[in-house]
Amino acid sequence: MERQVILNAKHVELTINRLCYQLIETHNDFSNSVLIGLQPRGINVVTRLKERLETILGHEVICGNLDITFYRDDFRRREIPLIPSATNIDFDIENKNVVLIDDVLYTGRTIRSGLDALLAFGRPSKVELLTMIDRRFKRDLPIQADYVGKTVDTLISERVSVEWKELEGEDKVVLFTPDNNG
Amino acid sequence: MDNLSVDHLTGIKNLTKNDIQLIFKTADAFKEVINRPIKKVPSLRDITIANLFFENSTRTRLSFELAEKRLSADTVNFSAASSSVKKGETLIDTVNNILSMKVDMVVMRHPNPGAAKFLSERVDARVINAGDGTHEHPTQALLDAYSIQERLGDVAGKKVVIVGDILHSRVALSNIYCLQKLGAEVMVCGPTTLIPKYIHELGVKVEHNLKRALEWCDVANMLRIQLERQEIKYFPSLREYTMQYGLTKEILDQLPKKIVVMHPGPINRGVEITSDVADSDQAIILDQVENGVAVRMSVIYLLASKIKRQ
Repeated sequence: MERQVILNAKHVELTINRLCYQLIETHNDFSNSVLIGLQPRGINVVTRLKERLETILGHEVICGNLDITFYRDDFRRREIPLIPSATNIDFDIENKNVVLIDDVLYTGRTIRSGLDALLAFGRPSKVELLTMIDRRFKRDLPIQADYVGKTVDTLISERVSVEWKELEGEDKVVLFTPDNNG
Repeated sequence: MDNLSVDHLTGIKNLTKNDIQLIFKTADAFKEVINRPIKKVPSLRDITIANLFFENSTRTRLSFELAEKRLSADTVNFSAASSSVKKGETLIDTVNNILSMKVDMVVMRHPNPGAAKFLSERVDARVINAGDGTHEHPTQALLDAYSIQERLGDVAGKKVVIVGDILHSRVALSNIYCLQKLGAEVMVCGPTTLIPKYIHELGVKVEHNLKRALEWCDVANMLRIQLERQEIKYFPSLREYTMQYGLTKEILDQLPKKIVVMHPGPINRGVEITSDVADSDQAIILDQVENGVAVRMSVIYLLASKIKRQ
């Protein structure tokens, strides 16, 4: 397995910073906007964005976690059951601008489930999508991100992992390529 | 990641500790779901569940039905009172007829102990036992233990006394298995005639004095006196039972610590517990009912995930 670091700690910091300013261009002071991270790994992206945004804006930005397990389209198609993580949306999303956030956008199926899950909480005025990494060329559904940290071209056999200091010890994005990849 | 070790839920006896913890973890997520504005998820929209009740039930059936509907399953209901059972049809025939209509899962309550296990070995559907005679009532025990965990943080190391008619109670037996698997100590308390002779072989303490039992415990689960299952008299009068085993506010207030009071319902107010106990902040009876839906959603979801799509 070949490992290639495509974003190091410095790049991750710059990327988060740029995404924050892009969000502010659309959402101004976030008075009518909320960030919702998709469980499990979108949560870490939200934590970083929230930290940075609050420093820039000088006030709190409302954030939540959404678990999409019960909305997935592969229930009963796997050997092991899909075990849920916690959902934590203790605010009203009715007529809000919602930014859905995940670490890697690939097939688009997670986002499709996320949209379904989100609508169980109300009718937002607008929903946008932010992703740290966009693996283009293997979308199964017509879904695109509004904000992208970095776009990467990958083979199906490859894997992209967004790693965080608090979980893996270092902020970085790694591309794994299997050895027998001809 | 984990999977349930069983394909059917016929009793707590054949579940592992891991199974129970997996059910609780999944139930946490469903508890959040049933408190949303839209209390429904689409997971089971291609699953059909038959609720077969060969014995009367209101709350268990309602709880199962709500759980199924909140998972988006299609449901059909059947009660023995209005069925061909009265015309002499056997259990297997009745169920196979229903299964021919493409039903994936069966929730069954039956007056005969072992009926759920019998069925699970003979039909091509997942079976959930919703009470089989005086044997087991697994989902009740799961929701009881889940409610204890919710209130006290953990079940392990807690002392639980089950008071009342242990002899006829499927709730008691399932609770004993479930609580012991989770590491709690269990005591049963009631008149000698309502305590099975060899129950201590299950590793439970036996006590005939309510006050002593309550002083020992962290949680008291007060069972209903099931007059409908008692073909002979096991105690002189209901009034005498209440005098000896009824839980009143006075008794509760005299205890050295605040214990948690549970009841599987339906309550006979003024018999096993008085109204002021049932409505006090020490009682978690209505939490048990709410948790019942979440725990049943969890069991149905986990068993359904093992039905492979054709």
